[in-house]
Amino acid sequence: MAAKDELGAHGETLAADHLIRSGLEILDRNWRCSQGELDIVARERDELVFVEVKTRSSVLFGHPFESITATKLARLRRLAAAWCDDHPGSGSSVRIDAVAVIVPSRGTVEIEHLKCIS
Amino acid sequence: MIGRTYAVSLLGLEGAIVEIEADLSNNLPGFVLIGLPDTALGEAKDRVRAAATNSGCGLPNRKITVNLSPAALPKHGSGFDLGIAVAALAASGTISAESIDRVLHIGELGLDGRLRPVNGVLPAVLAASRAGFTTVMVPSGNADEASLVPDMRVIAVPSLRDAAIWHGGEFETEPVEVITRPAPEAAPDTGGDLADMIGSSDAIDAMLVAAAGGHHVFLLGPPGAGKTMLAARLPGLLPDLDPQAALEVSSIRSLAGLPVGSSLTTRPPLEAPHHTATAAALVGGGSSQIRPGAAARASDGVLFLDEAPEFAPAALDALRQPLESGVISIHRANAIAHFPGRFQLVMAANPCPCGQWGARDSECTCPPNSRRRYLARLSGPLLDRIDIQFRVERITSAQLRLAGERPSLSTADARARVTAARQRAAARLETTPWRLNSHVPGSYLRGRELRLAPKVTAGLDRALERGGITMRGYDRVLRVAWSLADLADDSRPDDTHVGQALYLRKAMSQ
Repeated sequence: MAAKDELGAHGETLAADHLIRSGLEILDRNWRCSQGELDIVARERDELVFVEVKTRSSVLFGHPFESITATKLARLRRLAAAWCDDHPGSGSSVRIDAVAVIVPSRGTVEIEHLKCIS
Repeated sequence: MIGRTYAVSLLGLEGAIVEIEADLSNNLPGFVLIGLPDTALGEAKDRVRAAATNSGCGLPNRKITVNLSPAALPKHGSGFDLGIAVAALAASGTISAESIDRVLHIGELGLDGRLRPVNGVLPAVLAASRAGFTTVMVPSGNADEASLVPDMRVIAVPSLRDAAIWHGGEFETEPVEVITRPAPEAAPDTGGDLADMIGSSDAIDAMLVAAAGGHHVFLLGPPGAGKTMLAARLPGLLPDLDPQAALEVSSIRSLAGLPVGSSLTTRPPLEAPHHTATAAALVGGGSSQIRPGAAARASDGVLFLDEAPEFAPAALDALRQPLESGVISIHRANAIAHFPGRFQLVMAANPCPCGQWGARDSECTCPPNSRRRYLARLSGPLLDRIDIQFRVERITSAQLRLAGERPSLSTADARARVTAARQRAAARLETTPWRLNSHVPGSYLRGRELRLAPKVTAGLDRALERGGITMRGYDRVLRVAWSLADLADDSRPDDTHVGQALYLRKAMSQ
């Protein structure tokens, strides 16, 4: 596994732990279909939450959130619809969240959670 | 949380207060600027984000929405950068939102976070003062200009970081190199002294009358007769500007991007645009940002048009409206800008294309038709607004020899006479809305109070009867006669004044 993928997987685990601590129930992780991959699918009360996780080791090349472009957001929406088609009856309300994980080589990990980004 | 502060949008010399609101929402990073910005202002979002990051007080990685209100008012220029930056910083809680709400901000940001001086700070701060603001924050490079406005607390900051510190941001001061404007070079007195003029005592008297009454002048004469020298000396004859006019002249300079310096201009300006100037260069223009032209820069001073027939007729006729109303109005689809246009017009022209017609010492080679066409380029309605029209001649060797023997009038003495004459006129016109003889309408001069005895106006009446002058010309002669009387320190014009006034009018018909 390449270093960046390893970092990504580590970030996703950290993000999932963070979400569980904030009271979300994780339903699915790394769900794949022909259109791409959803990092985390969770539930908060009656709402389905699709979470995109971005992990960086520093902000030298920009904040993780800055790499979520309009195109990527549109793909997330399509993926969310695909997941709902695949899991009928799983809820009525959905939202898309983003979690930024900054894992510096030294020092503490920073996790930021943005709700309802679309 | 919302950060709110204020800035000024200038339209002509009038400024409208613009409220800048910044809102921080939990969304992907972005910077949205709404409220009708032009291109330079729309680019503010990139300047602001870079400047904030590079001055060590970065903006949060969230969506920042900045609204400029009133949203329908078109806004232009880069002077809003500082306001946008502090509003965004206040929205993110970095600096005090209360503190910025009381202050009006003007300034352009560089990418390194330093503040650059902008044009039009003086009129903008004046507008802020009129709107009731007592504190403005400006770039250090504009500090002396902003402090010309009375009763205004001016906070000059060299960088965004220092602005943030002033508003309660917890940062260490970091000395930066202040961006300044080139200092105004010591105004060279290009006018020269009236004493340099040799032999043209008629012409000098005419210029004195023009200065005393604020009359527009048309000088006709062959090349080398000293028309340009005369015109350049007219601003020197005018009295110092009063504080209101000084503020206006400096405001126009500031708006035009000319250096203003740390004190108000007290001398009347002289503008001498080249004859290739367009109508927009003369009266002002521009599509998004409306800029003042030469006529506005010459307000309260002298606008000198050398070789007047060479100007485009459309450019000259654009001056008719300000000559009539004293205000330059420029209309665009989305706005109307007003500039002051109370200039004294001096036009100079050769009598024909070769310039020699009517000269004592040389022959004109122009065919009569081209001679007639040459001066016909100056439209009748324009010439009709010019009170003094006279011919200047080249000096003769006899005049040159005499010049050394007679003491000549210096500019300082002439200005003292003009100032006294203007005071006399102002005292007479105290109960009227006019201050100068050239502003007084003919009906008032022919009215009960100021009507002259039939014996005094006999020559003028005869000229009217014979058709030598029109009724409008009659009024103009009366005005000039009053200026002559003021200069002579007489309470009323007598027949010699009327005769002289008639002479100063008739150069064209010779």
